[in-house]
Amino acid sequence: MTTHVLGDTGVLTGRSLRHILRSPDTIITTVITPIALMLLFVYVLGGAIRTGSGAAYLDYMLPGILLITVASGVAYTAYRLFLDLRGGIFERFQSMPIARSSVLWAHVLTSLVANLVSVAIVIGVALVMGFRTGASPGGWLAVGAILILFTLALTWIAVIAGLTAKTVDGASGFSYPLIFLPFVSSAFVPTESMPGPVAWFAENQPVTSIVDTIRAVFAREPVGSEIWVALAWLVGILVVAYAVAIAIHRRKVS
Amino acid sequence: MRSDPAIRVRGVEKSFKDLRVLRGVDFDVDAGTIFALLGSNGAGKTTLVRILSTLLKADAGTATVQGFDVAGEPARVRESVSLTGQFAAVDDVLTGRENLVLVARLRHLADPGSIADELLARFALAEAGARAASTYSGGMRRRLDIAMSLIGEPPVIVLDEPTTGLDPQARIEVWQTIRALAEGGTTVLLTTQYLDEAEHLADRIAILHQGTIIQNGTLAELRQLLPPAEVEYVEKQPSLEEVFLALVGDAAETGAAETGDAAGTGRTPR
Repeated sequence: MTTHVLGDTGVLTGRSLRHILRSPDTIITTVITPIALMLLFVYVLGGAIRTGSGAAYLDYMLPGILLITVASGVAYTAYRLFLDLRGGIFERFQSMPIARSSVLWAHVLTSLVANLVSVAIVIGVALVMGFRTGASPGGWLAVGAILILFTLALTWIAVIAGLTAKTVDGASGFSYPLIFLPFVSSAFVPTESMPGPVAWFAENQPVTSIVDTIRAVFAREPVGSEIWVALAWLVGILVVAYAVAIAIHRRKVS
Repeated sequence: MRSDPAIRVRGVEKSFKDLRVLRGVDFDVDAGTIFALLGSNGAGKTTLVRILSTLLKADAGTATVQGFDVAGEPARVRESVSLTGQFAAVDDVLTGRENLVLVARLRHLADPGSIADELLARFALAEAGARAASTYSGGMRRRLDIAMSLIGEPPVIVLDEPTTGLDPQARIEVWQTIRALAEGGTTVLLTTQYLDEAEHLADRIAILHQGTIIQNGTLAELRQLLPPAEVEYVEKQPSLEEVFLALVGDAAETGAAETGDAAGTGRTPR
C-alpha cells in the first residue's frame, strides 16, 4: 500500500488543482491585496518614506509584498481542507485503502503551486511598475527557495487551522496576523525609525530576516548572517507546524 | 453460504468523554445478505459504522470484516469495505464522472474512464455525468455517492442512513440499488431509522438501543415480538407513500397504466 503514496498524492493533488482551475478567483483575490498595497505604498506613501538606501522604494518593499501574498494565499488552503472535512469527502478518502498522509500532502502541494502562481503574478506587476533587479539566475533560485520554504511553513500552519477549525471563518481567520506581521518588520520602513519596543520586536521576528535576505539578493549585496537567521526561522516554523499538524491529523483519523 | 460471517462484532464499546455510546455490541452479518441496524437518532449507529470502516477505534471488544480485524489490519479492512456516510461525500466542484474517475484511480484500477462511464449508465447519471456534482438533486447525489462506493467491487458495503433526506422516489431507487447489490453477492450493512426501510430490504434486522443490540432476528421473528397495533402502523405508513407515488407517477420505470396496480400489491418484502 505504501508504494502508492506518490501515486495517490498525485491523483489527489490533481483533484485540488482542478478546484483552483474551476475557481480562479481564489488566485485573483489572493493577488489583489498585495498589488493594491504595492500601488498604495509606491504611488501614495512611498514618496514620504526614507529608507536610507539609494534604491527605488518599489525595490525596497517588494520582498515584504511577496510574503504578504503567500500569507493571504494559504488562507485558501485552510479553507479547502476545512470544506473537505465538513463535506465528508475527507472521511471517504480515509476509509479507502490509500495512504492517509496523501490527503494532507495533496493540499500542501496544491498550496505550493497556487502560491507560486500568485507570487509570479505579483512579480510580473512589479516589473511593469518598474521593479528592476540585477540578481543572477542563482540569486533568483535562492529567492525561489526561500519563498518555497516560507510557503511550506505557512501552509502547514494553514493545515493546523483547517483541521481544527469549527467554522469557515475560523479556518481562514488565522492568516490575518500572518498578513499583518510584515507591517511590523523591515518590509516597508527601516526598523530604526520605530520606537524602542516595537523596533526590538520588528528586528527579532522572522519576517525581517527573510525580507532583508531577499532584498539583499535582489540588490546583489552580500546577504551576511541574515540568511542563516532566516533559514533557522523558516526551518524551525516548518518543523514545528508539520509535527503539530501530523499529530492532530493522526488523532483525528484514529 | 460460508460459515464465516462477513462482519463479526463482539463486545464493542465506545465512549465519548462521559457518554457511553456503545455498551457492548454483538452481532454477525452473513456474507451476501442485507443486515439492517435499526435505531433512533443517537442510538450509536453511526459510531458503530465508523468503527467498522476504521474511521474510529473501539474502546473495547473486537470487530472483523471479511476475517480482518479492524484494529489489527485496518489496511486490509479498508480494501474489503466501502462506506457511504450519512452525508453524500462527493466532490461538488468536480463533475459526476470526474468523481468516479477519482475514486477509481485512488483504488488503482485499470481504465478508470470506462469504469466511470459504466457506473454513470447503471445509476441513470449518464446525461448528468459532465455536470458539476453541486448541480445534482439530493437523489442524484446519493446515487453518485453509492456509485463511488461500488468502485473496485468491495465485498462489503456499509450504508449509513442511505435514504435520510431523500424524497420517496429517490428512496425507492436507492432500495433497488441495494437489492441488486445483495443479489450480486455483496454483503450490505445498512443503518436506518425508518422501520419500513428495514422491513422491505433486510434479511435480518437488529435493533440498537442505548448502546446495545436489544433484538436481532428476521422480520418474521421480530414481528412476533410487536403488539398488533404497532404492526398496523408499519403497514399503513407505506400506503400513503404509494398514494403519493401513484399520483406523481413513476412512469419512467413501469409505465403509468401499471403504476396503480403495482403500487397496491407489489410490496412483497424481499
